[in-house]
Amino acid sequence: MPSTLAFTGFTQEAFDAFLAARDEPRWLVDLRRQAWIRFNELALPARNDEEWARTDIRLLKLDRFGFPAGEILDGDMPHALLAEGVELGGSTATRDSVPAGTQLSEKWASQGVLFGDLSELVAEHGDLLRPYFERRVVDPHRDKFSALNAAAWAGGALLYVPRRVRVEQPLHAMSALSDGGVDLNKTLVILEEGAEATFLTETASLAAHGGGLHCGSIELIVEPSARLRYVNLQNWGDAVWHFAHQKAHVASRGGIQWTIGALGSRLTKVNQHVALTGEDAEAQVNGVMFTQGRQHLSYNTHQHHLAAHCRSDLLYKAALQDQSRTVWRGMIKVDRGAQRTDAYQRNDNLMLAATARADSIPGLEIEADDVRCTHGSTSGRVDQQQVFYAMTRGYTRQEAVRMIVEGFFQQVFDRIPIESVSEALGEAIGRRVRAIGEQ
Amino acid sequence: MPETLQITNLHVAVEGKPILRGVHLTINRGEVHALMGPNGSGKSTLGNAIMGHPNYEVTEGAIELNGQDILAMDASERARAGIFMAFQRPMAIPGVKMADFLRHATTNVRNPQRKEGEELIPMRQFRKELTAKMEQLKMDVEFARRYVNDGFSGGEMKRAEILQMAMLRPKFAILDETDSGLDVDAVKLASQSIAAIAQEQEGGAEMGILIITHHDKLLEYNTPDFTHVMMGGRIVETGGVELARELYTSGYDRIRSSYPEEAAVEDEMQQAAAAAV
Ligand SMILES: Nc1ncnc2c1ncn2[C@@H]1O[C@H](COP(=O)(O)OP(=O)(O)OP(=O)(O)O)[C@@H](O)[C@H]1O
Ligand SMILES: [Mg+2]
Repeated sequence: MPSTLAFTGFTQEAFDAFLAARDEPRWLVDLRRQAWIRFNELALPARNDEEWARTDIRLLKLDRFGFPAGEILDGDMPHALLAEGVELGGSTATRDSVPAGTQLSEKWASQGVLFGDLSELVAEHGDLLRPYFERRVVDPHRDKFSALNAAAWAGGALLYVPRRVRVEQPLHAMSALSDGGVDLNKTLVILEEGAEATFLTETASLAAHGGGLHCGSIELIVEPSARLRYVNLQNWGDAVWHFAHQKAHVASRGGIQWTIGALGSRLTKVNQHVALTGEDAEAQVNGVMFTQGRQHLSYNTHQHHLAAHCRSDLLYKAALQDQSRTVWRGMIKVDRGAQRTDAYQRNDNLMLAATARADSIPGLEIEADDVRCTHGSTSGRVDQQQVFYAMTRGYTRQEAVRMIVEGFFQQVFDRIPIESVSEALGEAIGRRVRAIGEQ
Repeated sequence: MPETLQITNLHVAVEGKPILRGVHLTINRGEVHALMGPNGSGKSTLGNAIMGHPNYEVTEGAIELNGQDILAMDASERARAGIFMAFQRPMAIPGVKMADFLRHATTNVRNPQRKEGEELIPMRQFRKELTAKMEQLKMDVEFARRYVNDGFSGGEMKRAEILQMAMLRPKFAILDETDSGLDVDAVKLASQSIAAIAQEQEGGAEMGILIITHHDKLLEYNTPDFTHVMMGGRIVETGGVELARELYTSGYDRIRSSYPEEAAVEDEMQQAAAAAV
């Protein structure tokens, strides 16, 4: 199938045309222009940048891509795994950063919940949303990718829940990418004081081996006493470049449970950042990764304690097959005033091939003196004694390995109370696991 | 003709080191065999070799099930052919619930031709059977929701092994020190349960059992038809129930003096093992 996606690169002309085609409030256009200047000033990160030392993007050619187009080529969408068997309160979708339809149950709409395509909603509710944009939860000037997203984000999802509204039904968002396409989604979630919601998001390619570029941002704003459960399943085709800055601000007594599933992409570089900004806030971060082929997935996680009496607990688990590689760099940062912090981070890797490689780099930066911060990481192979034991119970080698891998992830699944999430991840991983030889 | 598990002149090496040096043993379905012998004489090695553990290399001899060589079969195929072993030290599989583990295992063993991905036995039917078996073994149903052997006490593991045997209904079972770790009441219950399970086997025939033990308690309800003594990687003597009685009351002194060559090998193995530590 010949590609109908023709990109001219991220040129000034193309940017002007991109802005001209959009009808957006002045303040937003200004924000975009500032970020665009920054984008042009910045070079792509180089390997002498410590954060990028293990992640090689020399083969990335940004000029093969360009700004999202205005319309969808056809109506195809990938199957939504996280929505399986779930009674949703609403759903929204984009394809190649172009809105592809939204639904929101009247029950939530009538309580003031805003949900759907961010570009459409910001045009309608600009005054409400402006302060949240201006908070710059994700810093547009952080690097070339954050600048690109801030300048040219399109499509994307907004979930806004007013004070004390509890959205009991999960909401779902799908960002789809066609082969060779560009996705510059921005996700913005705002839970006002005492609000509650569960948001299941997934990003997926239409073709398993599809390519393309995703340069995204996620901003999660959890105001005092609000509770957010946020799930993000990354299931891109295995030729997609994936860059994202993701950040949550959790205010006093607020809580977030943030689960990441990472299965796809050729190369992923994600910065996932949780800032606990008010006292007694808490965050639980879960990561499930499965890599194969020559995939390279790199996650920088950051648990930032700015206020006292906060808790954060991060568990990332990865299983690696073939010549794939993961990098996890985790930082717990505790500011001077953040006494009585309780912070934990852990990364476990299961190596399914001797040719795979997992780098695990935990870090602590602690300025308060009355804190409890611990970290750990393990890396191991499938235990051949376990495989033998299962085989003496009639399992084939393949079935035994698959079961052991699923068991490895169960510890994370046990923390996630949403069944569709652990089931979707468990099944997707089970399908990918191939038997490994003895020893 | 009864079905048989026949071991002929079996030599087994671990990491190139010979452990079994010519074992002969024939078990018919319906028979109870006790296998005794000092620590390190090779009893568990025999069990592992019968199950097809890849680290236990058969260098000579044969293992046949009903006249058919099983050495080329992997552990999974042997299990599906009806051979089971309750391990001396069962493996933990964290994150995998006992019930899920057993449902898959039971499906495979009962449908030896099953291909990966084909249907499992229906959940309801399986649950019902599992619950009934657990009640018989006086196990808390909560057990089925725990991860396989993960954090189990020694006794819990041994009960779980018996439960697995009850579900898998093998033709031949090797019980490797299944009595160790069990309290007095639990051993009695285990002994009774094993006898009961042996009666209700696949195809209506009884199970053939090889009980590896240092004690008499498991044998209480499973009177051995034969008792074998292993020393230095060989079965040096075979007798009836009276031989078992002699050994767990008087020890191996008489055997050692009757079989000085094997006793010397035994001592050598012990020294080598001690030196390796
Ligand atoms: N996997 C293994 N790796 C290395 N050595 C082994 C292994 N399995 C058995 N051996 C050695 O083989 C010898 C026989 O061991 P085995 O476990 O068969 O003894 P056993 O008769 O079952 O003893 P016990 O009564 O203590 O259970 C010992 O010297 C032991 O160290
Ligand atoms: Mg033993």
